[in-house]
Amino acid sequence: MPVNTKAIGKSYDPVVYAVGREKIREYARAVGETSPLCLDVEAARAAGYADVVAPPMFAVVYSAPAVGPLIFDPEIELNFAMMVHGGQEFVWETPVVAGDEITTTASVKDISERDGRGFYVFESVSDNQRGERVCTATWTNIVRGV
Amino acid sequence: MAKLQAGDQIPELRVTPDKYLTLRYAGASGDFNPIHIDEEFARSVGLPGRILHGLWTMAQVARAQTEAAGGPERLKRLSVQFRGMGLPEQEVVVTGTVAEVEDARAVIDTVAVQAGNQIIRNAQAEVEL
Repeated sequence: MPVNTKAIGKSYDPVVYAVGREKIREYARAVGETSPLCLDVEAARAAGYADVVAPPMFAVVYSAPAVGPLIFDPEIELNFAMMVHGGQEFVWETPVVAGDEITTTASVKDISERDGRGFYVFESVSDNQRGERVCTATWTNIVRGV
Repeated sequence: MAKLQAGDQIPELRVTPDKYLTLRYAGASGDFNPIHIDEEFARSVGLPGRILHGLWTMAQVARAQTEAAGGPERLKRLSVQFRGMGLPEQEVVVTGTVAEVEDARAVIDTVAVQAGNQIIRNAQAEVEL
């Protein structure tokens, strides 16, 4: 059965994520981040940041609420049971700090098929409350046996 | 300020996720897919047991770069391919080689290996020096 490509280009409503200081610390501890910029408010302020700095991969936390729903969008027809996360790219710009409000918009970048596998490529762009770009992400999910 | 030159290896990062790491990471990231937190469920779908979140492993690859470059704000790009699966309670080793340095930015080719398997491969990072 060929993949359904009609959702290519579809864009979704933006989702706002409010970045909390303790959420950054919780995430930092879970990934083993030891930089004082991520854990210690005084160290972050001494380095010129308003509050603790999110580790770069914290992008997962603020962008997932925008990207997650695409997997279950009936228009995309993605077979979740056969899905694996095949690849991921993040491009970071302005650092994220506690207190930021990050708005993320997700879209379907591409849907294609190769060797009996479906490739579902989603893109998300995240901006802070000042309209500065903080991160652009490309999420590649592979579905076996399409 | 990190001094990286083409051909340099970045310091190796070695980390062993403990038995409950996937639970803490699920809470921290919001990814509660049962293949990561429920041993019985994971086995029922043909996995050897609970597997690591690929994005946790990617965070270890990211950390190897930021520690080499001198801070979490220095990572500007990271792209990875996930292959196979990572397991708790086995060491993950991240290595990387500087491919080029230009305009105070280094491009680093990097991988994450567990028990001889590249669980993250063809990864490339760009850091600000």
